[in-house]
Amino acid sequence: MSFISYVIRGISLGSVYSIIALGYTMVYGIAKMLNFAHGDVIMIGGFIIFTIMSTMGLNPLIAVIVAIILCTLLGITIERIAYKPLRKAPSLAVLITAIGVSYFLQNFALLIFGADTKSFTSVINVPDLKLAGGNLTIAGETLVTIPLCIIIMIALTTFVKKSKTGRGMVAVSEDRDAAILMGVNVNRTIAITFAIGSALAAVASALMFSSYPSLSSASGAMPGIKAFVAAVFGGIGSIPGAMIGGILLGIIEILGRAYISSQLADAIVFFVLILVLLIKPTGILGKQIQEKV
Amino acid sequence: MKMKPAKQVSNSTRSNLITIGAIIIVYIICQIMIANGSISNLMKGLLIPLCYYSIMAVSLNLTVGILGELSLGHAGFMCIGAFASAFFSKVTVDTIPNVFIRFTLAILIGALAAALLGSLIGTVVLRLRGDYLAIVTLAFNEIIKNVMNVLYIGVDSEGVHFSIKDAASLNLEEGGQTIVNGPRGITGTPKDATFGIAILLLILTFIIIINLVNSRSGRAIMAIRDNRIAAESMGIDITKFKILAFTISASLAGVAGVLYSHNISTLIATQKNFGYNMSIMILVFVVLGGIGNLRGSIIAAVVLTLLPEYLRFMQDYRMIIYAIVLIVMMIFNWNPKCIAWRKNHSIKGYLAMLFNKQKKEA
Repeated sequence: MSFISYVIRGISLGSVYSIIALGYTMVYGIAKMLNFAHGDVIMIGGFIIFTIMSTMGLNPLIAVIVAIILCTLLGITIERIAYKPLRKAPSLAVLITAIGVSYFLQNFALLIFGADTKSFTSVINVPDLKLAGGNLTIAGETLVTIPLCIIIMIALTTFVKKSKTGRGMVAVSEDRDAAILMGVNVNRTIAITFAIGSALAAVASALMFSSYPSLSSASGAMPGIKAFVAAVFGGIGSIPGAMIGGILLGIIEILGRAYISSQLADAIVFFVLILVLLIKPTGILGKQIQEKV
Repeated sequence: MKMKPAKQVSNSTRSNLITIGAIIIVYIICQIMIANGSISNLMKGLLIPLCYYSIMAVSLNLTVGILGELSLGHAGFMCIGAFASAFFSKVTVDTIPNVFIRFTLAILIGALAAALLGSLIGTVVLRLRGDYLAIVTLAFNEIIKNVMNVLYIGVDSEGVHFSIKDAASLNLEEGGQTIVNGPRGITGTPKDATFGIAILLLILTFIIIINLVNSRSGRAIMAIRDNRIAAESMGIDITKFKILAFTISASLAGVAGVLYSHNISTLIATQKNFGYNMSIMILVFVVLGGIGNLRGSIIAAVVLTLLPEYLRFMQDYRMIIYAIVLIVMMIFNWNPKCIAWRKNHSIKGYLAMLFNKQKKEA
C-alpha cells in the first residue's frame, strides 16, 4: 500500500512540476530563451497568497485569484522591461538578463518579506480521502492538484490548437519570420505567452506551497530548475511533453526519496534526465530537427 | 600607451603580455599595501577569492567562448578539485611537512581529478547541443554537489574506506580517521594557499589557455565553434577537440577548487559555493567580460566580486542593485537602440571629432 501512496504523491508533485514546466516550455518554444526567472515568479506568487491570507485574513480563493492577476502582470512587465529590448541579441545575453531578473526577484522578496522561512497555510480545504480501510490516505491537496492539472492541460492544448492567438503561437515558434509575413503580431504573441506562463506559475505556487509549506525567497529556485528539467525531459517546446516529463519527474523524485536515499533524491532526478537525453537527445516527445548543410 | 612595440610581436601577444604585466603590477601594489597596513581586512580576505574566481572565469571562457558550448556546471569541477586536494592535503599533512611540495602535489591532484571527471562528463555531454547541453551540465553539477554531501571517506592502516550512509558504517579500526564526513565535509585542511601562489596560478591558467588558443588544436576548436560541419569536412576530429577543450577547462576549474579548499578551514559542498548558483555566477563574469575575451573575464570577475562588497553600505539593497546593474548592462550592450546610441556618442567618436577639428584649424 505504501508504494501506491508514494506513486500518488509522486503524481501530485509531478502535476505541479508540469504546470510550472508549461511556462518554461511555452516561453522556450516561442521566444527561444531559458527563462531562469520563472521559478522566482512562483516564489513571488507564494508570498502574495501568504500575505493576503495571513496578514489580511481574506478567503484563500480571493488570494489565489489576486496572485494570478499580479503574477500575470509581473510576467508581462518582466518581458517588457528586460527581455523585449533583447529580442535580436544572442541567446546568452538573454540568459544572463534572465538570471539578473531572477536575482532581482529573490532579493526583492528578501527585502520585503525578510530572511526567515514562512509557514504557508494551505489554500485547499478538502478533507483527506481514506481508502482500503484507512491503509491508503490521499491528501486533500492531491485530490485537487491532479484534476486541476488535467483541466489546465486540456484547456491549454485546446487554446493553442483552436484559438487564433494559440495558432499564432505555434506559427511564431515554428518560423518567426514566416509568422511575421503572415501578419502575426510577434511581440503581442510573446507577451501573451509570458502572461499565460506567469498565471500558471501562480496556480502552481498555490498548489506547491499547500503541499510543501515552507516559503522563503529561495524556495522558487529549485522547483523552477526541476520543472525546467521536466520540460527538457518531455521534449522542450511540447505541451504534452511537459506534462509527461513533469509527472515522471515527480514520481521518480518521491520514489527515489522513499526507497533509495532522501539526500540523493535530487541527484537521482538529474541522473535520469541525463540517461533520457543520452538515449533520446531531444527528450521523450521532442522533435528531431534535421540539420541542413 | 606610447610604448613602442618590439618588432615581430603580434598585436594579440602584446595585449596578452600587457594583461600579465597588469596582474603582476596589481600583485605588487597589493603586497605593498599589505606591508603598509593600508588595506582593510575585508579586502585582504578577498585577495585569494578574487584569484580563484578569475581562474574559474578564464577557464569557463575556454568552454563558452573558445569552444562555443554553454556550460552551467563549471562549479562541479571546482567542487571535485577542492575535495580531492583537501583530502590529499589532510591525509599527508604529517607525512609531507614541506608546504611547497605538499601544495604543489595537491594542485596537481585537484587538477587531475577534475580533468578525469571533465573528460568523462565531456564524452557524455558533448553529444548534445545548445540548451540541452547546458541543462545536462547543470544536472551533473547538482549530482556532484549532492554526492559530496552523502559521501563518507575514512582512512586507517588498511587503506581507504568509502560509505554513503554514515561515518560509523566506514568500519574504521582504532586510530583510523574520518576525512570526508558527509554533510559536514572536510575540516582542518591546512591553509596552504597564499596570495602569491594564487596569482601565479592565475597567470599560469591565462598562459595555458592563450597557448592553447594560438596552437593548432586551438584553431581546430575555434573552427568547430564557428562552423561545425565545415570543420568536420576539413577533417577535424570534432569529438576529440571538443573533449580536449572541455577537459582542460575542467582541470583549470579544479585548480581554482584547490585554492578554494586550502583557503578555508571547513570545506562543505553547499548550494552557494558548488551548486548551479556558483556556475551561473561564473557564467555572468564570462558574458559580462566578453565571450572569448580572457582579459575581460578577469576584469569582470574582479569587478563583480568587489561590487557587492563595496555596496555593503547600502545593506539590503546591494544585491538588488547588483541585479539591476546586470540587467541594465546586458540591455546597454545588446539592445539595437543602445548600440546605435553608443556609436553616436562614443568617446572615440568625440575624440576623433575633436582631432579632426584641430586638423582643420591647423
